Amino acid sequence: MYSEKVMDHFSNPRNVGELKDANGIGTVGNATCGDIMKVYLKVENGIIQDVSFKTFGCGAAIATSSMATEMVKGKSLEEALKVSNIAVMEALDGLPPQKVHCSVLAEEAIHAAIEDYRKNQA
Amino acid sequence: MNRIYLDNAATTPLSPEVLKAMMPFLMGHYGNASSIHDTGRDARRAIDEARKQVAGFIGAKPNEVYFTSGGTESDNWALKGVAYANRNKGNHIITSAIEHPAVLETAKWLETQGFGVTYLPAGANGILSLEDVEKAITNRTILISIMAANNEIGTLQPVAAIGALARAHKIPFHTDAVQAAGAIRIDVNAWQADLLSLSGHKFHGPKGMGVLYVRSGTRMMPLLHGGAQERNRRAGTENVAGIVGLGQAAQNAGMFIEENAEKITRLRNRLIDGILSTISHVRLNGDRGSRLPNNANLSFRYIEGEALLLHLDLNGIAASSGSACASGSLEPSHVLLSIGLDAEDAHSSLRFTLSEATTEDEINTVLALLPGIVDKLRAMSPLAS
Repeated sequence: MYSEKVMDHFSNPRNVGELKDANGIGTVGNATCGDIMKVYLKVENGIIQDVSFKTFGCGAAIATSSMATEMVKGKSLEEALKVSNIAVMEALDGLPPQKVHCSVLAEEAIHAAIEDYRKNQA
Repeated sequence: MNRIYLDNAATTPLSPEVLKAMMPFLMGHYGNASSIHDTGRDARRAIDEARKQVAGFIGAKPNEVYFTSGGTESDNWALKGVAYANRNKGNHIITSAIEHPAVLETAKWLETQGFGVTYLPAGANGILSLEDVEKAITNRTILISIMAANNEIGTLQPVAAIGALARAHKIPFHTDAVQAAGAIRIDVNAWQADLLSLSGHKFHGPKGMGVLYVRSGTRMMPLLHGGAQERNRRAGTENVAGIVGLGQAAQNAGMFIEENAEKITRLRNRLIDGILSTISHVRLNGDRGSRLPNNANLSFRYIEGEALLLHLDLNGIAASSGSACASGSLEPSHVLLSIGLDAEDAHSSLRFTLSEATTEDEINTVLALLPGIVDKLRAMSPLAS
């Protein structure tokens, strides 16, 4: 049911864990729906220098977390905010229909982390 | 990679002996059992023989055995058939909150048709209380339907006591014995069941074949209308090969129940004890003692079940989960929620169901692999710290 890319990012997820010097952290989802994603950002001069995640969720949730963090790494905050769930799904060669919400969650987690960073800076 | 199949509650492989019994009826013996001629009579004789085999398997008389398209049809027919036949007596049905969807969804539909349904909760151990059943009975109650064994957590329900209670109140008693068949001895008289559902593929028979046992004298409407098959109660040309296969599977399953149960229980306990002693934050779901020999259902806190399943699958191990993601629905297992698990633990569940073919080596392989998989997933879980 999953593409090879999804299985690759699920089996060998990139950017897993906490970032000790993160300056933006976003958590989305809840246990009722079965997915919780936490994204850590290290932002310097408006650029995402480093990013990591922790996810409680299914294969698609872990794979989208991995891919989304890969896609925003090294990008400016403005560019990162434009990385849509559709783009994450396309990069994974698609997701089954009932898993599309996982990609939405990944997008939301990135947005929440950027929002947190901006709040911290204000 | 050697594949290890520990999802026998989902389905079991067709036994070679069953396939052999079925083959002639897929090829040479193509007759319609309703035909007068000799070709038809061959089919009729085979169906009669299968009916005897099933009757022997559950302690029934052959003329109380009706062949259906599976457990779902049997459950639908039992509930709808009894409900509509007894409308003049009442409109109340008692069932449990942990039934299989084939019963639960049928009951919910009957509610839209003017019937009232009581869904009894199971205790934290996954077992219903007899007192709860008794308290739920009213003078409008026309059916009690309680499963013999739960399909997710394997807990055995007190069906013999519920059957006696129902009999005392002259209320028909149906039990969904789909998961119990082949695992524990079924006896429709000891259980005082008036209706009982079976599914062939759960005990090495063919998929798409089921049985509804209906005790003589039980008031019942047909579900399928048409020809006069199955003594005018279940229309449709008989699936002769399927019926023959189910009969053979029932006969085989009945022969070694106690012997298999002992062996499977030992391996299952080894699996449960091995997991509980090597992995922290794990809970066994459902009563430890009163459960099907082959069932181990555990919640691995902080991990989502589908992720566990995928890692096991990558290692050649087939299991199942009550997580929403694994089931394709939005909600986690209604059974686990009903026995008091929170959503997180329900999403974290894993079900292993063994068979008589399961080996100690296979269990050891699972025990060797699982801690590493759990560690890996917990390391990336925001819930574990």
